[in-house]
Amino acid sequence: MTEPAQPVTNERQRRQSDEFSGTRGRTWFKALTGRDSAMPGDPQSVLAADVFVGQKQVRLLCVVPDLNGRFPCARHGQVGLEEAYTLAARIREVTEADREREKRPIVAIVDVKSQAYGRREETGGIHLAAAAASDAYVSARLTGHPIVALIVGHAVSGGFLTHGYQANRLLALDDDGVLIHAMHKEAAARVTRRTVPQLDELAQTVTPLSYNVRDYAKLGLLHKLLHVSDPGSPTAEDIELVWAEVIGAIQDAMVRPRDLRNRIESEGARTTRKASRLVRARLMEQWNR
Amino acid sequence: MSEPIFSREYLKRRSFIELSARDRAKCLFDSQTGRELAGPFDRIESPWLPLQNIVPQADDGCVVMKGIIGGQQAVVIAIAGAFQGGSIGEVSGAKFSSALDLACLDNEKGVRTNAVLLLETGGVRLQEANLGLAAVAEIISSIISLRKFAPVISVTAGTVGCFGGMALAAGVSSYVVMTREARLGLNGPEVIEQESGLEEFDASDRSLVWSITGGRQRYNQGLADVLVDDDAEQIAQTVRHFIARGIPTVHRSEQVDRYRSRVAALDTSRQWSPEELYAWANHKRKEQP
Repeated sequence: MTEPAQPVTNERQRRQSDEFSGTRGRTWFKALTGRDSAMPGDPQSVLAADVFVGQKQVRLLCVVPDLNGRFPCARHGQVGLEEAYTLAARIREVTEADREREKRPIVAIVDVKSQAYGRREETGGIHLAAAAASDAYVSARLTGHPIVALIVGHAVSGGFLTHGYQANRLLALDDDGVLIHAMHKEAAARVTRRTVPQLDELAQTVTPLSYNVRDYAKLGLLHKLLHVSDPGSPTAEDIELVWAEVIGAIQDAMVRPRDLRNRIESEGARTTRKASRLVRARLMEQWNR
Repeated sequence: MSEPIFSREYLKRRSFIELSARDRAKCLFDSQTGRELAGPFDRIESPWLPLQNIVPQADDGCVVMKGIIGGQQAVVIAIAGAFQGGSIGEVSGAKFSSALDLACLDNEKGVRTNAVLLLETGGVRLQEANLGLAAVAEIISSIISLRKFAPVISVTAGTVGCFGGMALAAGVSSYVVMTREARLGLNGPEVIEQESGLEEFDASDRSLVWSITGGRQRYNQGLADVLVDDDAEQIAQTVRHFIARGIPTVHRSEQVDRYRSRVAALDTSRQWSPEELYAWANHKRKEQP
């Protein structure tokens, strides 16, 4: 193993990594699988395991920080080149193996800080790596693998698109430590030329801007919010409850369409995504005119 | 300085970049067959921008046009880089994915329908944050559903480039067309500099930026299929060429092992010169100066 390089940080980044604990993914992966390691040949930042739930095998995947990782900008829970291609490989392995048999469910445990922001990543085409992981998830879903994302911590931007957002069903813990968003707060405030308090105030009326998972739940994208007693260090009851909900979501996914229409036909979408529904209806009307 | 080069050919060409999104879409169709759907007169605007004192646009910066290209039915989806940086909001995102889904339905009914994506976009619109990110996830999913039936061709021509989540959309496309002026990457240079520091990426160094994400580099390293001039007729011809060629045997984002092993072989103790990645290109191609 090489020496961990000095992390490239500045004040802002240090504050952000404080907010992102980076421990929840591993904690929940361990709680649900009893295991804590990468598969042979994989980087230590991608945990993967097959576990039996009753008679059925389920594959679980999780991206975790690895301070000794090869890529300096992807050591703190970001999804980088290696993480994305490893996810893609571990999903494609399942779709290949199950080609002629019952399709194994795939569970993505999500706690990702973001995508990796680095020059090596851009030079090496991280957009294609992220696309390959997304593609693997979508292709698995379209061939009938039920896919559930369990959001236990952060699910941010390209990191979430790469790992989790293509699931049939999204589950999230109802907890302040859960953050689902397009960009971390301070960066988003800067790009949109606002202060963080201004952004917080706007988020009161503009639901999609909010960083609160209960507001996210109003968008109609989430299948369910899960209430556990200790999200940072789950009890036996918490683990039992979450498994039951994951299995429920898998069963639900198996009897519904394989595309993402549930996200736009949901109760929440009927009130919050009215514009999306109007666009869809108008296009359908005019398509063959 | 040397003598100015006067090229009659160059002066005769019609710039694609300088056209509006609507005109760019229009010029790809056979003899004026392009018909706009859910256009500006339908007035479906972003419901979220006015809440933030931002003036919306009647087409939300996304043009959907259906017609005939190269004798086959096709839909062109063009993002207007000039409106909010070509960002994907709820409405533009819903137009995008709904149009792809309708094309998919036609294919399922046996009417071959191709898709052309004109991507001049910075990715998710941060003013619509979570709904933008959700829309991008749906777009990626819809492209993958459609490309089983017909090619999805992405074209990035202008200097806005194609970034953020929409770079994944380009990544899962059947063919990627770029000009020398265009860029393709997950993170814009400013974001990398902001997040990882000036020593990681100097966003003010334009030649560095284009040497990594520019069209010439993406083509030379095999992440774009063709490099075209900023010439509307040449781009239209290229689109017709790929529509005639049909679905590739294997999509780039499905080639996980190939790209994973290339990433594994990289020496991550240093930054790479862009030329080092030319070896990634898979078929014999003319190196583009």
